[in-house]
Formats: sequence, structure tokens, C-alpha cells
Amino acid sequence: MSVDPPVLEIRDLHAGIDDTPILNGIDLKIESGEIHALMGRNGSGKTTAANIIMGHPEFEVSQGSVELNGKDILEMKPWERARAGVFLSFQYPQAVPGLQVGNFLRKSVAAINGEDAAKGPEFRRTLKSAMAELDMPRSFLGRYVNDGFSGGEKKRFEILQLMLIKPKLAILDETDSGLDIDGIKTVAKGINSAVRGSDSAALIITHYSRILEHVKPDRVHVLIKGRIVKSGGPELALELEERGYDWLIPSGEDSESETVAATKD
Amino acid sequence: MTEQEASTMMTPEEVSTVVGDYKAGWHDPENSTIRFDNGLSEQVVRDISALKDEPEWMTEFRVKAYRHYEKRPMPTWGNMSLLEQIDFDNICYFLRSGEGTETNWDDVPEDIRNTFQKLGIPEAEQKWLSGVTAQYESEAVYHSIREDLVKQGVIFLDMDSGLREYPELVKKWFCSVIPYSDNKFSALNTAVWSGGSFIYVPKGVHVEMPVQAYFRINAKNMGQFERTLIIADEGSSIHYVEGCTAPTYSSDSLHSAVVELIALPGAYIRYSTVQNWSANVYNLVTKRGIAHENATIEWVDGNLGSKLTMKYPSVILKGEGAHAEVISVAYSGKGQHQDTGAKIHHLASNTTSKILSKSISKDGGRGSYRGLVTVSAKAENCKVNVVCDALILDEESRSDTYPTMEVANSTARCEHEASVSKVSDEQLFYLMSRGHAENEALAMIVNGFFEPFTRELPMEYAVELNHLMALEMEGSIG
Ligand SMILES: Nc1ncnc2c1ncn2[C@@H]1O[C@H](COP(=O)(O)OP(=O)(O)O)[C@@H](O)[C@H]1O
Ligand SMILES: [Mg+2]
Repeated sequence: MSVDPPVLEIRDLHAGIDDTPILNGIDLKIESGEIHALMGRNGSGKTTAANIIMGHPEFEVSQGSVELNGKDILEMKPWERARAGVFLSFQYPQAVPGLQVGNFLRKSVAAINGEDAAKGPEFRRTLKSAMAELDMPRSFLGRYVNDGFSGGEKKRFEILQLMLIKPKLAILDETDSGLDIDGIKTVAKGINSAVRGSDSAALIITHYSRILEHVKPDRVHVLIKGRIVKSGGPELALELEERGYDWLIPSGEDSESETVAATKD
Repeated sequence: MTEQEASTMMTPEEVSTVVGDYKAGWHDPENSTIRFDNGLSEQVVRDISALKDEPEWMTEFRVKAYRHYEKRPMPTWGNMSLLEQIDFDNICYFLRSGEGTETNWDDVPEDIRNTFQKLGIPEAEQKWLSGVTAQYESEAVYHSIREDLVKQGVIFLDMDSGLREYPELVKKWFCSVIPYSDNKFSALNTAVWSGGSFIYVPKGVHVEMPVQAYFRINAKNMGQFERTLIIADEGSSIHYVEGCTAPTYSSDSLHSAVVELIALPGAYIRYSTVQNWSANVYNLVTKRGIAHENATIEWVDGNLGSKLTMKYPSVILKGEGAHAEVISVAYSGKGQHQDTGAKIHHLASNTTSKILSKSISKDGGRGSYRGLVTVSAKAENCKVNVVCDALILDEESRSDTYPTMEVANSTARCEHEASVSKVSDEQLFYLMSRGHAENEALAMIVNGFFEPFTRELPMEYAVELNHLMALEMEGSIG
């Protein structure tokens, strides 16, 4: 048992947009060194949960709390949360034409970890080895952020940022989708090296179990209609792969069996 | 990332230190030695010429131009309602502030010297320029050129001195690219011109570091009408840089320049501008160059300030193999209209041109791009590339494009791309999630949008431009 507060603790989180509820009471606790998976079919609220933890201004939290290392972060701006140690690997990373990758990385590391962390030979070494690990050519640094990147390049670039920023809490929103098996292995290696044996933690959002073969989660949670309806060990991911999500829909709610086939790819 | 790229980006500290009001908006006490009464007449035109002791042909030229100006109606396109508000009778058409053009900053009157110091001109001169002309109101108050360039026969003077010292050269080329009758404002400038630069680069001479002219308006209701003529002889090259600012007043000033460039066979001229007039200045400028065989003319044009700017740098590709580029950015904020663009005429075969226009509008500002590219029937194998991008930062602001291509030869290869985009919340959130505060995130997007332009500027100017942009971005997110 850890005596330190968990890296992430969410209690009874209710949130939505323009009076439409999306999250209906979420509880989640991730201890340091742990990797959890959040699974659920499209539209269940996974990205919304990630956005709310990161501080997306569009969503409104009506109830509950989100704590990072025992400190409530809901009043903090996104950049303050980033500086406090939250990192989100986006499902859809945004392009910023004209902003060079190298410049962006240096500025982001400086903003989050301080000016000193972004200069000198050590930063350059870390950058070089992370890029080698992710199989990225040096010329990547001269490209514009996510501008004209392939799906796989975008995801690898998110992981590169993760490896340089070394956050306390890494949330990876569908980072595995759009990657081939080698890409998934590379990304998994990046996540493992960032979290295992450290005081960091990760939340992997996915609707496939494939990545979970390479990043063995300590816990798997199933999100349906903005609620965590079941939590379990890594075996739960395999069970979902076989049985879909229907059996988990709380009684009294509509079955959506017609969409299950679509989410099993 | 290279050192240059790194240093042209703003640090968070720079963002916060530069935000505030238009920072060049102070004014000095007006210590004019000669100030004409406001308003224009043939007598005013003759008086300006007499005061400068000009040759008679120039006086007659001015008068002819004045008569044309009188008859010529205002443009019937562009922002006519703003144009109509210009009160030509309430403009001062000539104001002399110094005793003459000094070659030592210590001899420049103190107030004026301080102003140019605040604007960083003497410092830039030390660091990275081949020569400087500093114009204050109607005339140059300071001028310098590096000794080695003089020895190579390079002429770099203010235009008044140019006419005095090289009357034959001036007579040969003056109005040869832009006839006074080109438009109402070129006629006005030809009638009352004063100051500006005169440059001649001899055959085969390469002026390695840029020369700079800085134009400062200080007085209220001032009219500044500088006239610039640059002749690059065969196989020579030069980069000319100009900057301009003015105090902020509640009544309007008028800046109406004419710039003519002549690039003889194989010559290269780059003309870079960062225009940052205060928001009460009308900036109505005619700029055009002629490129002979295998010559290149490049206009790099940044428009940040002014109330209304109408400016469409042009190149006539007269000789085979000539090349033209017009790379411009425009920022339109509250109460501003940047009506800018480019014109290229392909008159000869194997000529190529590239237009890149980037504009940002915010707080109800308005940006218009007007482009004209023509390819004449006998010009074979020409290449044209036009890209214009607009970024709109809020719902009140506006951007329009009016691109025209008239291609009379079927061998021409023409490419045209245009885009209008908005800064999205998702883009901002992405950058904020990487530790960047809201204003910083916006500045990163805006810097990125302008990057293809700033890349073309000397580093010092790129830094300056980014600072100015940060200034303009202040308070843009509610
Ligand atoms: N910005 C938004 N505006 C309106 N509705 C949204 C917005 N973001 C998400 N939603 C809605 O919230 C629900 C959950 O979406 P999301 O969190 O993206 O699910 P997931 O990531 O699990 O696929 C969906 O019904 C979606 O339409
Ligand atoms: Mg999602």
C-alpha cells in the first residue's frame, strides 16, 4: 500500500456541455507506477473524460472532483495542469502550420519542465534517443506540427512529446488506433519506459485490446454512457474483445447490439 | 532547429513585455524650420521646388503632375468611404525639421536623434547595415553609407541629394517605371515629392548587407511623399529595407510614396518593408519595378499599421528569364483596412513569378487581397504561382480576395491556391495542453501562419515583426 496520495483520483465526476450530460458519476483511482485502461465503444465519453482532466474550457463540471497527487486541479487552466504534470496524447492532434516541431518541442519542454530542461547537451541527447526509439528521422524536427502528418506520424509525435515531457500522469486517447503492429509495439515501449518503475501513472484509452498485450494494464475499466460499469484485471480486456459491450449495459437501458459489430474490428 | 529559428520566436517574457499600446506612438515637440500652411495649390508645388533649388525640368514635371492630380478623380474601387474621408486641405505638404542631412548622429537635433534611437536605428546601423537614411517629416535628417561601397561606385543618397548630385541619372529614370499619370496618388507624389532614396549599384557590384531607410512622421496632419528610385546595373545586387512609424493623433495624416525599381540584365533587387504606421495614417503607395533579362525583383512587404493601406507592389517582367516575387503579410486590427496585393506582368518568355500573401484580421479589421497577373501573347513558357491565405481571429473581422489572371499564351503554367481559416478552440487547447498560456498559444499560431514570410526577412526584422505581432495579439481572446 502506498502512503502517498494516488497520482489521479476522480470522485463522482459529472460533466457535460451546454446542459447535455456526458459523464454521469465517474470514480477512478490510479496509484503511482500503475497503468490503467479505459475502454468503451464510440460515444461513451472516453475523450470527454480525457478533455476534462486536461481542462478543456468547453466542458462544464457540475459535480465531483479530480485530484492530481492529492491536489484538486479542476480550477486550474490547461497549461497549469500541464505544468503540474498532466499530459494528454490526443485522439486527434491538431496541426499548427508554420510552427516547427523542433521549436515546439523545445518551447513545450521549457514551459512544462523549466528553461533549463530544454537546453544543453542532455536535452539534445534525450531528444535524439527518443526519436531513434520511435523510428523518426532527424528531418522530422524541421516539419510543421502535425501538418500533413500521416495518422501514424501523429501518434508517434504524441509519444515523442510524452517521452520528453515525462509527465506525472499520461492519458493516451486512442494512441493505438491508426498504428500497425510495429507502431503499437513502439508506442507501448514508450509508455512502459515512461511509467514503469517511476512515480508516474498512465491511463490508456482504447477500444481494442491489442495495445494492452504490450502494455499490461493493472486495471481495466469499462465506460458506458458516461459511467464506469465494470472494472477488473487485464483479463477483462480479452473478455470484452470476445463478448462486446452489450452484456455490460445496465438493465433498463436500451440494447445497442446493432452497433457492437461495428466496434469489433 | 537553428539559432535563427529559435531566436525569432517569442519567449513568454517577450510576450508579456511587448503587450500594450502601439509602441511607436509618441511625438516630439514640433521644431520645424520651415512649415508650409496646410493645403495644396500650384504655388505650393512651385514653392517646394524653389526651396530645393531644383532644375527647371523637375519644376515643370511637378506642375504637370499637379494638374493631372487636380483633374484625376478618386479611385472608384477599394474602400471608397474611407478614401472620401481624407481631408486634403488639412494636410501639410512640406515640413523641414533639421538644418540639413547630417552624416553624424551627434549633429542631428536632439529630439529627433532620441526618436531614432528609441526606434533602434543607430544600433541596427552598427550591427548589420551597409547604409542608412533616416527621414523625419519631409526630408532626410541623417544619412550614412559604408566607405567601401562608395569606393566601388555605389550611390546611396536621399532623393533630394540624388537629384542635386546626379541630375542626368535621375532625369533618365525618374517616372520611367511609374508615369505620374498612373493613378491619382502617383500624380500627387510626383507633384510634391520630397525625400526618399536614390540608389545606383554599378555593374557587377554586390552590396552584401542591406541598406535601410526609415521614415518617421512626427507632426500632426502631416503629408509625407517620399520618392524612391533604385537602379541595379547589370549583374549587381542589393537589398533595401524600409521601416516606418508615426505618432498616434486623433486627426489623419497621409503617406503617399512612389517607389521605382530598375533591375538591368542579371541584376537582383530585394525591397523589404515593415510598415507600422499609427492607426490615423492613410498609406497610399505605388510601387513598381522593371526586371530585364534574367533579372530578379522581390518585394517583401509587411503591413501592420495605418488606417487604410492601398498598396500592390508590381513587377514588369520585361526581359527573358526574369523572375518576380511578392511576399506579403497584412495585419488588420480594429478600424484598419489593409487593401494590399500584387501585380505581375509577364511580357517576355521564360519569365517566372511567385506571389505569397498572408493576412490576418481581428477585432473587426478588414483585409483585402487584390492580385493581377498577366501573361502576354508572345511570352512563351511562363510560370506563375499564387498562394493567398487568410486567418480570421473573430466573427467581426473580414477577409476578401480578388485574384485576377489574364493569360494570353497557352504555354503558361499557372497555379493558384487560396485559403481562409480560423483559429479553432481545438488548436488552442492542443497548445495549451503543452504548457502554453492562452495568449502564447495564439501567438504561436499567428507566428506560424506568418512563418513563410518572416523566414524571408533579415533576422532582426523577423524578431521585430514577431514583437509587433505579439503586441497586436494582446487581449484578442475574451
Ligand atoms: N464538443 C462537443 N459538443 C457536443 N457534444 C459532444 C462534444 N464532445 C463530445 N460530445 C458528445 O459526448 C458524447 C461522448 O463523446 P466522446 O467523449 O468523444 O466519446 P468517445 O471518446 O468515448 O468516443 C458523444 O455523444 C458526443 O457526441
Ligand atoms: Mg474518443
